[in-house]
Amino acid sequence: MKRWLVVGLVTAVGLGAALADGDPIKQRRDLMKANGDATKTVVGMMKGAPFDLAAVKAALKSYAEAAAKEPALFPDSSKTGDTNALPAIWENKADFEARFKKLANDVDAASTAIVDEASFKATMPGVLKNCGGCHEQYRAKKT
Amino acid sequence: MRRWIGLFALVLGAAALAAWGLSAPRTVDADTAAAVSAPGDAAAGKIVFYAGGCDSCHASPGQPDPLRLAGGLALKTAFGSFYPPNISPDEKDGIGAWSAVDFANALLEGVSPSGTHLYPAFPYTSYRRMTPKDVRDLFAYMKTLPPVAGRPPPTSLAFPFDFRRGVGLWKLWYLGPLGNPNSSGKSDSWRLGRYLVEGPGHCAECHSPRDIFGGIIAAKRLTGGPMPDGKGKAPSLMASALADWSKADIAEALSSGFTPSGDSLGGAMAGVVRNTAQLPAFYREAIAEYLKSGAQ
Repeated sequence: MKRWLVVGLVTAVGLGAALADGDPIKQRRDLMKANGDATKTVVGMMKGAPFDLAAVKAALKSYAEAAAKEPALFPDSSKTGDTNALPAIWENKADFEARFKKLANDVDAASTAIVDEASFKATMPGVLKNCGGCHEQYRAKKT
Repeated sequence: MRRWIGLFALVLGAAALAAWGLSAPRTVDADTAAAVSAPGDAAAGKIVFYAGGCDSCHASPGQPDPLRLAGGLALKTAFGSFYPPNISPDEKDGIGAWSAVDFANALLEGVSPSGTHLYPAFPYTSYRRMTPKDVRDLFAYMKTLPPVAGRPPPTSLAFPFDFRRGVGLWKLWYLGPLGNPNSSGKSDSWRLGRYLVEGPGHCAECHSPRDIFGGIIAAKRLTGGPMPDGKGKAPSLMASALADWSKADIAEALSSGFTPSGDSLGGAMAGVVRNTAQLPAFYREAIAEYLKSGAQ
């Protein structure tokens, strides 16, 4: 009896995790949260914190992952729920996806271009502009 | 009985007459008219332009140049759709034929050159705190921008909001005397910050809740509110809400758009940041100083 209870519990927990993993809203929010955490460090360096190439590379990797995965995480079924995504996304899907493509390209170019602090300060602002451009059109924070 | 009806009619008539008188559009006084008519400094006016964020509503939609100000970006609200007019220096469709006093009446009193009330979707509710010098400098700068022909559709609101004279009563109710708020012992930076936030910056217009007549709830000024276009919420700017923000964080957000959590400001605030990024750094620091002090 006890054994079955354990099996049942484990299954339930596993199923819950799988469902959460399959939730596009949670997935896209997690990717953006990771971008925010990475950007915090990057903006700090822009403002004068000690330059750390490894942290910059990690941030670019986070942006690249988001740019690659985000477009598929806005299915029609994910318009409502715990999301700040605006309906404009689904009304302008081509533009929305093109912006992620541009981000991917910019990140790609920056990964090669950024080798030291000077190239970081010259290149990174252009990459970071992508964030606000998309948020302006496609996100409205509810709180 | 007849006497009572007569008296009632008399009272009603007197009330109507009083309302008509009270709701009349008022223009700037003679001193202000003289001050704004002096020659303006266009270079200084450029900074006022960015502090005021005129392009956020008046730039022609569908093109990237914030200095082409033919208006027309529909502001859809619960009262109806507002269409910001053409404020480019075009003689026919814009403000090219306006005098400096016409311009001051619009900004400071919410009154058009033909003497009608402007709807407070145009934030003269904040701009009325602007100095005559900033008004004339801004006017001088806007004269240097490209004239753009074309007029957006006229604003048409649902009854009874389509009755412009009603705006006169609205102004009486919501726009009290400006007075001289106590700023003794405050730094110059704080004073500049207050001026920018409460005057040209018109932060409270989005960052405050409004009542059913669209007036800002005075006791809740700057505590955050729903965006007028219904898209999301403008957060509170009170010191309590900014506890995790340093002054440098606020100045940074107004420069690069990035918050202390690494998020990039979006929605209408993205356009605001494009403007505040053009201001001298000490302006952004002044805004931070004022907000961190509790904005009062």
